[in-house]
Amino acid sequence: MCATRIPVAGRDGLAVLDAEEIRRALTRIAHEILERTRGGDGVILLGIPTRGVPLARRLAARIGEFEGLDVPCGSLDVTMHRDDLRLHPARALGRTELPPGGVDGKTVVLVDDVLYSGRTVRAALDALNDLGRPRAVQLAVLVDRGHRELPIRADYVGKNLPTSQREVVHVLLTEVDGQDGVMIAGEGRQP
Amino acid sequence: MKRHLISAADLSRGDALLILDTAEELASLADRPIKKLPTLRGRTVVNLFYEDSTRTRISFEAAAKRLSADVINFSAKGSSVAKGESLKDTALTLEAMGADAVVIRHGASGAAHRLAGWVRGSVLNAGDGTHEHPTQALLDAFTIRRRLKGAGARDAGLDGLRVTIVGDVLHSRVARSNVLLLSTLGAEVTLAAPPTLLPLAVGSWPCAVSYDLDSELPKSDVVMMLRVQQERMTAAYFPSVREYSRRYGLDAARMARLPGPAIVMHPGPMNRGVEIAAEVADSVRSTIVEQVANGVTTRMAVLYLLLGGMEFPATGVAQ
Repeated sequence: MCATRIPVAGRDGLAVLDAEEIRRALTRIAHEILERTRGGDGVILLGIPTRGVPLARRLAARIGEFEGLDVPCGSLDVTMHRDDLRLHPARALGRTELPPGGVDGKTVVLVDDVLYSGRTVRAALDALNDLGRPRAVQLAVLVDRGHRELPIRADYVGKNLPTSQREVVHVLLTEVDGQDGVMIAGEGRQP
Repeated sequence: MKRHLISAADLSRGDALLILDTAEELASLADRPIKKLPTLRGRTVVNLFYEDSTRTRISFEAAAKRLSADVINFSAKGSSVAKGESLKDTALTLEAMGADAVVIRHGASGAAHRLAGWVRGSVLNAGDGTHEHPTQALLDAFTIRRRLKGAGARDAGLDGLRVTIVGDVLHSRVARSNVLLLSTLGAEVTLAAPPTLLPLAVGSWPCAVSYDLDSELPKSDVVMMLRVQQERMTAAYFPSVREYSRRYGLDAARMARLPGPAIVMHPGPMNRGVEIAAEVADSVRSTIVEQVANGVTTRMAVLYLLLGGMEFPATGVAQ
């Protein structure tokens, strides 16, 4: 998911979403969150680092635009709860920043860029469990690429992207990578 | 990161910053209702203490427990060591029990290094004789960074900060580790001590030396007072405690000469009235209580980075 260098569409893979399409997908998700939570009351958005965090901020800004509602927004690092820690050298930690008031009794919408095996989301649910007791937890992702290994599904999906497990999906966001775009690379997709 | 933490000199600037940044993320854990992470579940950390210690042992124990590791405390008193068991045999016993990490405090310089050759797990030096105490230096660096660069500072060194370490440098493992680590992080370190309490090789250390505390105070951002280690003093290093205290002790009058935001540190345990006056130890400049809290956080970061990832390839297995 995270590339060490910024991939370039056409050279490193096939562009599947451009900046405009990402903007429209996020706009739709923001509306869906408002619908499903009856106006967004008691909602907080928690992004999963790295790229879930700017996505959560963008969704919060959209919801603010549409309804004039100030949705609290934060980040939730899941590194310490991952089940694959022993497979890699120790990773640097991301940041966990909860909005004031915490998560107790709130509807927490977890936000991430790509939903794949579901293991990150499981780790996020565990991490959340140690922080308090939300009223409900929902999941918003920009891309759902399939291949779940756990019984987890997203409540809000920007784009369903059927992939092969040998392919790699890159999500690029201006805040992190300097540009917006979603790219898919690997087996048969190289232009 | 290397497999062991024996000396502050083993840490590159990148390693040290990774530890401090990890500690910064872990600091927020103290404000949460559940102060525990599941990361080291099923791992065993042995605290092997041949010397008396309160804060270091408790700090390592708290750090390991907050990461869900199992902790076995071993103190030389009341163990087979009292019956004459050697360090190597004790190490092999721990090895057989499956220790993933051994935290060792020992009166002999180099004990941690020897131990690292005998056990499969990681060795963390919690003080070996007058040699080193790297986690103390890390927690001191973390405390300095939080106070002077702001809590939440990340990826920042201590560049340009002037640190004066005062007192019994000769017997101090804390001073040696701090000189090495703080200079790696970009601080300018000066030792202020009577000539009798400086080691012979001090000329090769990455720091300046002064015999006059008063001239160093106005240009110090950090003053680190060292304990006068009477228990290690086998000769007369200064005429009297009172004279030492008058020339190298930090009292309120000396503290008043420090610039604006400067802080006063002490690794503990303090001899109030000898190297530090009670009113200084209890002042707002003092970070002594913060250092204890930061010790747990910093040691969690070190344990996580050494034990949290995949196992290091087997080397140094006991023969």
